Amino acid sequence: MDTIIRPTSRAPERGGPAQPLLLATGLRKHFPIPGGILGRATRVVRAVDDLTLSVAKGETLGVVGESGCGKSTVARLLIRLIKPDLGSVVLDGDPVEEPHGITVSELRRQVQMVFQDSYASLNPRLTIVETIAFAPRAHGLPATEAKDRARDLLAKVGLEPNTFAERYPHELSGGQRQRVNIARALALRPRLVILDEAVSALDKSVEAQVLNMLVDLKEELGLTYLFISHDLNVVQYLSDRVMVMYLGKIVEIGGVEAIYGNPQHPYTRALLSARPSMDPRKRTQEAPIQGDPPNPIDPPSGCRFRTRCPFAEDVCARLEPPLADAGPQAVACHMRVPGSGHSKAA
Amino acid sequence: MAIQSPSIDMTPGAAVMATPASASRGYWQSVRRRLRRDPVTVVCGVILLLIVLSALFAPWLGLPDPYKTSMIYRLKPIGTPRFLLGSDELGRDMLARLVYGGRLSLAMGVTPVVCALLIGGSLGITAGFLGGRVNMLIMRVMDVFYAFPSVLLAISLSGAMGAGASNTLLALTLVFIPPICRVSESVTTQVRGFDFVDAAKASGAGTLTVVRVHVLGNVLGPILVYATSLISVATILAAGLSFLGLGVKPPEPEWGLMLSTLRQAIYVNPVLAALPGVMIFITSLCFNLMSDGLRAAMDVKA
Repeated sequence: MDTIIRPTSRAPERGGPAQPLLLATGLRKHFPIPGGILGRATRVVRAVDDLTLSVAKGETLGVVGESGCGKSTVARLLIRLIKPDLGSVVLDGDPVEEPHGITVSELRRQVQMVFQDSYASLNPRLTIVETIAFAPRAHGLPATEAKDRARDLLAKVGLEPNTFAERYPHELSGGQRQRVNIARALALRPRLVILDEAVSALDKSVEAQVLNMLVDLKEELGLTYLFISHDLNVVQYLSDRVMVMYLGKIVEIGGVEAIYGNPQHPYTRALLSARPSMDPRKRTQEAPIQGDPPNPIDPPSGCRFRTRCPFAEDVCARLEPPLADAGPQAVACHMRVPGSGHSKAA
Repeated sequence: MAIQSPSIDMTPGAAVMATPASASRGYWQSVRRRLRRDPVTVVCGVILLLIVLSALFAPWLGLPDPYKTSMIYRLKPIGTPRFLLGSDELGRDMLARLVYGGRLSLAMGVTPVVCALLIGGSLGITAGFLGGRVNMLIMRVMDVFYAFPSVLLAISLSGAMGAGASNTLLALTLVFIPPICRVSESVTTQVRGFDFVDAAKASGAGTLTVVRVHVLGNVLGPILVYATSLISVATILAAGLSFLGLGVKPPEPEWGLMLSTLRQAIYVNPVLAALPGVMIFITSLCFNLMSDGLRAAMDVKA
């Protein structure tokens, strides 16, 4: 079996198309809040709590949720920029940082990430070509080859190499910089690209161009995307499956038609009804949910959405709803669990 | 030469093309250009260069022997024939002693800062980049040094180790490590928070590579500016230690020591007695203004 992956080539396909490319099980990250005597953490922010997700080969999994629901933490956990407190990540059958598994460095060769802030994610002291060539160089590709690859990638993301290669980030527009960031993420020939609000900071026309480019690149390079966004329309356009998060938990996950066509969880419904419509007759009459999400330092007991849920009952405070299959999607709501004790349970 | 009209790329992949606003320029190139346009920095640089060069090439300048004493020509005023800047209390030529004194005084100003920059800088960057417990350990140790006033620390160290140039250098180095470490730590912590460092880490590169390529280039500027401003402090501190008899020993020419030995002559020939002080003043002022100019030139974002 070919175990040495040259940085020049892409990691070989393993386990077959049915095996998930990425499988994260029971991921948990609680950030301690320094305080108390001698800086000991007395309380924690429950950013991500026992989250399990899988990304199939070749699909785009969209992740939506309000600010602070743990979307970005999930991205950083998957690529190990943050070490999880609990849980495992398995990349195409290979557990990460476990006996008989792969190292974090090998994980990062196959999983790459595009950040939201296009300016902060480029080193102001390096030229564009140096930025893109950095990762292949660090993995042992000779300098000239790495530069050639960087120029190829620039052309691929729609930036003329002769014009842009030797420029500095401050000489580029936001859209151009985000194209550079995408090229940088592709430089190691990854299999999975995590796009963490990658188009959110761009204005609409540029956003559309970059989105179309992402679709083309995915087809051309056989990529898999984990697409994180708070923009429901963009997620609908790009995703095959959608995962809805609330306070560090998955509330609903399923195919894009199922989630957008027949949302089951009250939170998903509220989110979808809150999005602006192009139809002037479909005017949003009142706010579907009120207030801010509760503090993740002390999340509500039972169902975390119950404090803002119009259907909350006693059972919601007592028991945490499991993520259970409900037709084509999986939902974490007592109303969808027969015999849960909720009056609306089937 | 033909004037190139801005071309519009019509290939389908190429989108949102802005015509280049200015020719691409490296960061350090633009810093140098801005420095050249700053008259104060240029003048200070020229003065410092003159002082450094004259100190370096002192033996070849045809100056009189700075150690040769003369009982007849003691405390001659400025402009006396054969003594361009007068003579000191032992009849030694002032000009020669000032030029030769620059060698020790500059070395005492620059060497401790360079040593402290190497030690304190690497400690600070390590603390800033790794954070957590390592940061806590390094910075609390630095705080212990901070608890003493720097002049007092230098005096007590050279007092404990005995007078002499090498002990002064050691004492001054120890004094400058904590402030340089603290500045390095704070700029590194700031740079570490940027996404491009995360992106570099996410590319699977080793920590040392990430620090070398992505952190160093962004933190060296501010650290160097700060270190430059410390050179003047070091010069003054070294002179002060010599003045107190804790630094260089006579008959070595050194500005601080000369100031000390000439202080009895202040009623006889005050201008002469002030000359070493003027040299200290000019040198430290130039280093300070240079570091200000450097800061201004490097301040403009990228």
